[in-house]
Amino acid sequence: MRTLRSLSKVMYLGMVRDKSAVFFMLLFPLMFLLLFGALFQSEGGTRVTVAQVGDVEVLDQLGDDQLGALDETLRIERAGDRDRALEDVRQGDVDAAIWEVDGEIELYVSASDPARSGTVNGIVNGLVQEANVAATGQEPTYRITAGQVEDESLKAIQFFTPGLLGWAVAMGASFMSALTLVAWRKKRLLRRLWLAPIGPGQVIGARVGVSLGLSMVQLAVFLGVAIIPFYGLRLTGNWWLSIPLIACGTLAFMAVGLVIGAWAKTEESANGALQITILPMAFLSGSFFPTDGMPGWLQTVSHVLPLKWLNEAMMSVLSRGGGWSDALPAMGVLLLFAAVLTAIAAKLFRWDSA
Amino acid sequence: MTSSAITAEGLRKRYGDVQAVDGVSFEVEAGEFYGILGPNGAGKTTTLEIVEGLREPDEGTARLLGELSWPRNTALLRRIGVQLQASAFFEKLTAREQIRTFASFYDVSDERADAMLESVGLTDKADVQDDKLSGGQAQRLSIACALVHDPELVFLDEPTTGLDPQARRNLWDLLRRINSEGRTVVLTTHYMDEAETLCDRVAVMDNGKILRVGPPRELISDLGVDSLEDVFLELTGREYRE
Repeated sequence: MRTLRSLSKVMYLGMVRDKSAVFFMLLFPLMFLLLFGALFQSEGGTRVTVAQVGDVEVLDQLGDDQLGALDETLRIERAGDRDRALEDVRQGDVDAAIWEVDGEIELYVSASDPARSGTVNGIVNGLVQEANVAATGQEPTYRITAGQVEDESLKAIQFFTPGLLGWAVAMGASFMSALTLVAWRKKRLLRRLWLAPIGPGQVIGARVGVSLGLSMVQLAVFLGVAIIPFYGLRLTGNWWLSIPLIACGTLAFMAVGLVIGAWAKTEESANGALQITILPMAFLSGSFFPTDGMPGWLQTVSHVLPLKWLNEAMMSVLSRGGGWSDALPAMGVLLLFAAVLTAIAAKLFRWDSA
Repeated sequence: MTSSAITAEGLRKRYGDVQAVDGVSFEVEAGEFYGILGPNGAGKTTTLEIVEGLREPDEGTARLLGELSWPRNTALLRRIGVQLQASAFFEKLTAREQIRTFASFYDVSDERADAMLESVGLTDKADVQDDKLSGGQAQRLSIACALVHDPELVFLDEPTTGLDPQARRNLWDLLRRINSEGRTVVLTTHYMDEAETLCDRVAVMDNGKILRVGPPRELISDLGVDSLEDVFLELTGREYRE
């Protein structure tokens, strides 16, 4: 027990006294969260801006409450003349130019962003149709009520928090176990420990304990930052499932670190191998941006990545109201990864760097 | 139990094509200061590693204090102390934290660890991290870590390599004291003057075999030369090694 405690202390002190480790494990991913969270905060996704030239009755007749309702999606700017407005569209400063000639509403959009052009078309079209119906003086026959299946607050932060946290945990767990293994082998500490009357269980237990501790701190810090009102993360009911999920993810990435640590001869090569493993995996697993736009084969590839499983399940339980049915398969996959990789690491394991 | 601290019989170890240890047998008496000498690649380190229980011999057995050193025997490990070549320290820990950590592996109290630090003259360096210690200080700390649990048998692998003469002499006094307290000490070194002054007996190794064993003075007179260095060169030749 005393051995376990002192080994844990050794690993803890080795980590917190290494300024660059603290920076890269904890502060660096957190900076991404602070930055991305702030950058993409106002992103309602598809708010479009229209430059209006002269009077356009359909727009001018809108009451304050209607404008207020439209504000989420449409912003109207006044432009001096048509050429100016068209130039602004070409430059991408506004999404469309609009003016009216004797009841004919002319709308110009740019072909460079079909999604936004479509949105402008749809909104303006809707307004025109509404005005047409109102002009007939009849009640409309059909009405539409739209709703959203996700939490209405599915803002950028709901996506970034689980993704960046997954990346942070993957880095922390894999780097810590790989670098401990390489450094201790290089310094002959593994040999020295073999010659002390302690069991391998105590060494492994201490390493797992400290890494789990680090991951839980990362989880607490990330959630703590993301739920402050400025960022506005809203946790859904089963968010606490993120605790066992992060624990399983930690074990899986410690095993990744063990394989690399068992293979690498120096800290530098371990560092490089970890970077080229973890960073592309983070991109493919949607830690930084959604992967929905990826080609199909890449999406298939991404499903064999442990981080993808962790990120998806984390997003599910943190911001999509997911429960055990989302978390359990991911935990199973992560633990399987941990078991297989640990077995590989045991095969590759060497006592000496020579 | 016999009175010998180490009994090695017919040790052999092969790495690929290289027969690193080729039938080594020797005995070290309890309380003896024993030196193992040999050029680089002679098989000293592998021999020592087998004897300490770090490696399994292909053939032969090594007994420490009457017990087999392979397979790993934690009860035996409590009775031996090993200082490995190059300092095996935990990164970012101070001298005091290092020795207290090693003490905890053996259920030795922090007070005893601090006293050990005092006895190697490192009390004023207790709060210095391992990478800030000088070569001599690091060696002394490493020896203190090997001795913290008061072992009966101590292995020291090239403890004075890279030290200045002051630090070396200083360390010799420490090693003599360790031995005079009744501990058996096994030392490897490249410095013949060191072996000549410190060791009761030395074994000269080359090509995985022990060529000669005896008290330094006896070896010198047997071969009719002036110093242990001459004995060494006489036995192992003058050509360069790796």
